[in-house]
Amino acid sequence: METTKKPSLNVLPLKERMKVPRQHMLEQPPLLRATNFTEVNLGYSEELARQEALRCLECAKPACTNDCPVGVKVKDFVQLIVAGDFLGAAAKIREDNVLPAITGRVCPQEDHCEGGCLMGKKVQPLGIGYLERFVADYEQRHLDISNLPKATPTGKKVAIVGSGPSGLTAAGDLVQKGHQVHVFEALHTPGGVLVYGIPEFRLPKQIIREQIDYMKAMGVEFETDVVVGKTVTLDELLEEEGYDAVFIGTGAGLPQFMNIPGEHLNGVYSANEFLTRINLMHSYEFPKYDEPMLDLHGKNVAVIGGGNTALDAIRSALRLGASKAYVIYRRSEAEMPARKEEVKHAQQEGIEFRVLTNPIEFLSDGKGWLNAVRCMRMELGEADASGRRRPVAVEGSEFDLPLSVAVIAIGTGANPLIQSTTPGLKTNKRNYIEADVMTQRTSRRGVFAGGDIVTGSATVILAMGAGRRAAKSIHEYLTSGAW
Amino acid sequence: MFKILNAEFLAPGIKRFVIEAPRIAHKQKPGQFVILRLYEQGERIPITIESSDPERGTIGIVVQSIGKTTNMLNSLNSGDDILNVVGPLGKPSEIEKFGTVVVMGGGVGTAMTYPTARALKGVGNRVITIVGARNKELVILERELREVSDVLMITTDDGSYADKGFVTDKLRQLIENGTRIDLVLAIGPIPMMRAVAEMTRKERIRTIVSLNPIMIDGTGMCGGCRVLVDGKSEFACVDGPEFDAHRVDFSVLVQRNSMYRTAEQKSMEEFQRETVQTRECALQGGRR
Repeated sequence: METTKKPSLNVLPLKERMKVPRQHMLEQPPLLRATNFTEVNLGYSEELARQEALRCLECAKPACTNDCPVGVKVKDFVQLIVAGDFLGAAAKIREDNVLPAITGRVCPQEDHCEGGCLMGKKVQPLGIGYLERFVADYEQRHLDISNLPKATPTGKKVAIVGSGPSGLTAAGDLVQKGHQVHVFEALHTPGGVLVYGIPEFRLPKQIIREQIDYMKAMGVEFETDVVVGKTVTLDELLEEEGYDAVFIGTGAGLPQFMNIPGEHLNGVYSANEFLTRINLMHSYEFPKYDEPMLDLHGKNVAVIGGGNTALDAIRSALRLGASKAYVIYRRSEAEMPARKEEVKHAQQEGIEFRVLTNPIEFLSDGKGWLNAVRCMRMELGEADASGRRRPVAVEGSEFDLPLSVAVIAIGTGANPLIQSTTPGLKTNKRNYIEADVMTQRTSRRGVFAGGDIVTGSATVILAMGAGRRAAKSIHEYLTSGAW
Repeated sequence: MFKILNAEFLAPGIKRFVIEAPRIAHKQKPGQFVILRLYEQGERIPITIESSDPERGTIGIVVQSIGKTTNMLNSLNSGDDILNVVGPLGKPSEIEKFGTVVVMGGGVGTAMTYPTARALKGVGNRVITIVGARNKELVILERELREVSDVLMITTDDGSYADKGFVTDKLRQLIENGTRIDLVLAIGPIPMMRAVAEMTRKERIRTIVSLNPIMIDGTGMCGGCRVLVDGKSEFACVDGPEFDAHRVDFSVLVQRNSMYRTAEQKSMEEFQRETVQTRECALQGGRR
């Protein structure tokens, strides 16, 4: 291992650092938080953050940065926390990540930075996510954003389609290069899945608003109520509105249903609809907000699926008063794609996990409303293409679970609005847009794409990584003109 | 913000708005709709576009006061703003030369038939328009529809204007008289569209209906507007809103549209109570 050139600011000898325990983040107690939409995690204090930062081993070849899809210089920002320069730490993160308050909350750090942390081989890894969140929140409280430095204008215009994680990241990187960046959003509020998909208790809307305000202060323009493909086509943006390049980051749009009997019954939702009603439309504040929600008080509610979206939905249902809240998942807990922290939080809150269980029919009360779900028990067979063991139905194991509301969270498909109105834009078999894995270039000159509309459902940080790669190659294209 | 340039009542509770929305005006085709939201706490509601003027950058919509949002909307006037208007959404109507087309509008659905009737006439179809209203006061767009129709038939439920009866009575007469009909387009209340579908199914006349399920985003993202078509789920916002009437499961549509009835009533009652309080307060010269 090489030695670091800069002298360390950390006075703690290396071998002592492993002895410092990982600092816990304060959380709302489970039974209290299960009744409100306030954030579960409460954040580090300055003292806790500095204490945690002391644990960093300052590896010469830091795996944390290498494993981060946007390449945050973890070691450097952690050193600035050690030195007590929290704004400096925030600025250091921002060199690579324009949404630190968001990633600090929703990133699956165990799969990226913290998963790579050397300390994790012996003890608990450095709390990188918690530290990132701390500096981002500190920056929000202390930094005056009215006079952010602006890059020299290049005279080039870039349209970003979709204001979710990939679009915002691309926008942030491009505006810092001096390009004029205009973000189009189909809904009435910018933020995409961050706004309609992720609940308040995991990512408060205020945080998203602040991050967007920061981007506006950087010079990024936002236009809501524009559905590209309907309100304006991609070709019109390039030919009539004078954009030099377009980035498509529209996300995975169409909710998938199970195609089992009874799916049209009242009380059966897609996770997208259920979460959109709650998060975007604030139906949990009905009648202060107009968009209604079925009254879940005292009702049995189940989500079908085992991803983060499924857990977001069922934990929301619990907060809306559900008396029984189930996760129905056809494989075992080990195969569940949701973050471990979210599974733990959900279990603490009293959500019941019915694993190795697969719904086969939604049953009606005879008046068009959901009354129960008929399920089969499953067992794990041979590994399938995804490497996970394939669930196989146990014959004769049918049973009915009484249920008033079911939320289907088994994934999404590609929204076709842009593909179907943009000639020459290549798509794959599943109608996702084809884009180069390194440059995010599509089959159309000047058009780039990234995030879920290319890969299918993934995570916020992977979409941000794509946005970052796209911004880099858009900048190269705009400066060289070469395709 | 989208400015209202003109607002006028066409009939009691039915108002026509001209809204500044250049992007939408530029792209709109008959059969498409917008989703609008009035204020920060407001819901998103879909409304069919009645007309558009690309040169002036305006669109027209016709709104009937039914629930809280439509009542609030109909209290707005020229010069007021609508917070969000997005569109044009949905697939446009199929416009080609079919031959003889019967365009049927029930209630406020009449306004939505207008752009399609005009477009169908424009490509050389013989357009027979049948519109129905509860009474004389609620008959709308008669002059406009007459201009784009070869034949215009009007019915009122109570016989206070034109012929007493329902639009389906007129359709039955046409069929019984042996009129050749190549296509029927019906837009109106679900029972009316359903009755038309049953009548034309027997005659094997191709029939299109425009569906109005509950919707949120209007871009295919939420799946709330799914309708059962030929036993499969389709999304009215991106696959519709127009569907082959003979393939639509109307019972499911009725059932799903009733999902929030209790909440909708609660919203409306509170809205009415607040409106009354405001009025009483104003009468007493006070402020709320």
